[in-house]
Amino acid sequence: MSDHKYAAPAPNAETEVFWTAAKQGKFLIKRCKECKEPHYFPRALCPFCLGDTDWEESSGEGVIYTYTITRRSPTGPFSLGYVTLKEGPTIYTNFVDCDFDKLKIGARVKVVFKETEGEAPLPLFALADV
Amino acid sequence: MTGIDILELLGENVTIRGRAYIAGIYEHPTRHAPDKSTAQLHAEVARGALADAGLTIRDVDAYFCSGDAQGALNSLVMADYLGLNKLKHFDSTDVGGSSYIAHVGHAAEAIAAGKCSVALITLAGRPRTETPQARPVGPETAFEGALRGVAANTYAMCAMRHMYEYGTTSEQLAWVKVAASHHAQYNEHAFLRKVVTVEDVVNSPMVSDPLHRDDCCVVTDGGGAVIVTTPEIAKSLKRPLVRVIGHGESQKGQNGGKDIDLTHSGAVRSGPAAFSEAGVTHQDIKYVSIYDSFTITVLMQLEDLGFCKKGEGGKFVSDGNLISGVGKLPFNTDGGGMCNNHPINRGGITKVIEAVRQLRGEAHPKVQVANCNIALVHGTGGSLGVRHGSATCVLERA
Repeated sequence: MSDHKYAAPAPNAETEVFWTAAKQGKFLIKRCKECKEPHYFPRALCPFCLGDTDWEESSGEGVIYTYTITRRSPTGPFSLGYVTLKEGPTIYTNFVDCDFDKLKIGARVKVVFKETEGEAPLPLFALADV
Repeated sequence: MTGIDILELLGENVTIRGRAYIAGIYEHPTRHAPDKSTAQLHAEVARGALADAGLTIRDVDAYFCSGDAQGALNSLVMADYLGLNKLKHFDSTDVGGSSYIAHVGHAAEAIAAGKCSVALITLAGRPRTETPQARPVGPETAFEGALRGVAANTYAMCAMRHMYEYGTTSEQLAWVKVAASHHAQYNEHAFLRKVVTVEDVVNSPMVSDPLHRDDCCVVTDGGGAVIVTTPEIAKSLKRPLVRVIGHGESQKGQNGGKDIDLTHSGAVRSGPAAFSEAGVTHQDIKYVSIYDSFTITVLMQLEDLGFCKKGEGGKFVSDGNLISGVGKLPFNTDGGGMCNNHPINRGGITKVIEAVRQLRGEAHPKVQVANCNIALVHGTGGSLGVRHGSATCVLERA
């Protein structure tokens, strides 16, 4: 397993709440006050109707929509993919802390926070049933 | 009622169909250029395309470039570098490798509207020689920048899902590369000229599951340029006449995470728009230039453009169906991005260039399609698996 340290995310005024919550182990998504649709990555205005949005804590649970294993990289093998969260949005992520050979579309995953070179950790996903 | 509705009621022709011609093309022969600058390559391809058309730099009144043109305010810097001093129209639309196919459409629009008369489109770069410019920070960067998504692995995610949904196989994907290699053997400038087999492709090293090394395009230095002009100017020149008869564009992204669908591309919208404007059907298309960053890119685009049913792309590309003189839909007869050239990781301009060669009857005799009167050019830029732009043009020998 690679001990790759992720590049520091750069919070801004729009996303600072997300990264502060991540430091406390909470994974936030956003939901529109108007059309009630959840979305990711988080925006101040809803990408479906431009309504105002609220933060909401995600269960951090989901299933793999797709994945790939990059065999060679300067940081060693790693897995990139998409997870469909229980709350609805499908998000672009890495799969970590798991045997890559066990990854498959439809497998259950849960959020894990990985240290970065910055202050806030990055929410990524690991297989739930291991 | 919109302005366009009113124009249509009045019987005004608001299409670009046949109102702009591609009068000049040039693909730089280099595939590795440590001895040249990127700006110099832009100038060399501009000179080549103007010479092909029989025009000079003083005739140019519109300039199109994209992210490969280096520097801030790149269209202004490049225009000034090239000595363009009477531009009436410029456009630095950047939708990755599909930009130059979009540019042909944009140039045709501007020419049809009377905004300009000679449009120059250039692409050049040297990814074999120098590290491409750093990607500027955007709203997605904090959430995606650290994930290590690059071209191969983001397209691989699409291939994985396509295999899951439709049972597509690595052997079927490999046929795309096999077909390109059959064409590249005749191209003296092609980066890879060796004919490969399905076995060669599936036995090449795995890069990012399920894509092997030979499912990926080449990385080359080089460039290309295209001249788009008015019917009157084109007819005054000595080159065979090729006109733009249809164009469509679209974009696709993550849509806030809603209804993510990595097995369809923006071609599902750009294709029908281009076919409709051109007034042609799939049976009319004699040759296609299809963006081939990866084998999966070709397969998905052919499905989305309607050359076969969704999910049947694997079967469609198999058994040499894309090989000129063998199959039903000859594609990328220069060897494409798979084998010939993918300058600065952007294959759009070479797609336009080979389609024009085919329509002029100037492709290599071993790959020239008989009676090639209508061709389709399609590109995907950015990443199929993250967010991308699609552009389609239909071209016709006049």
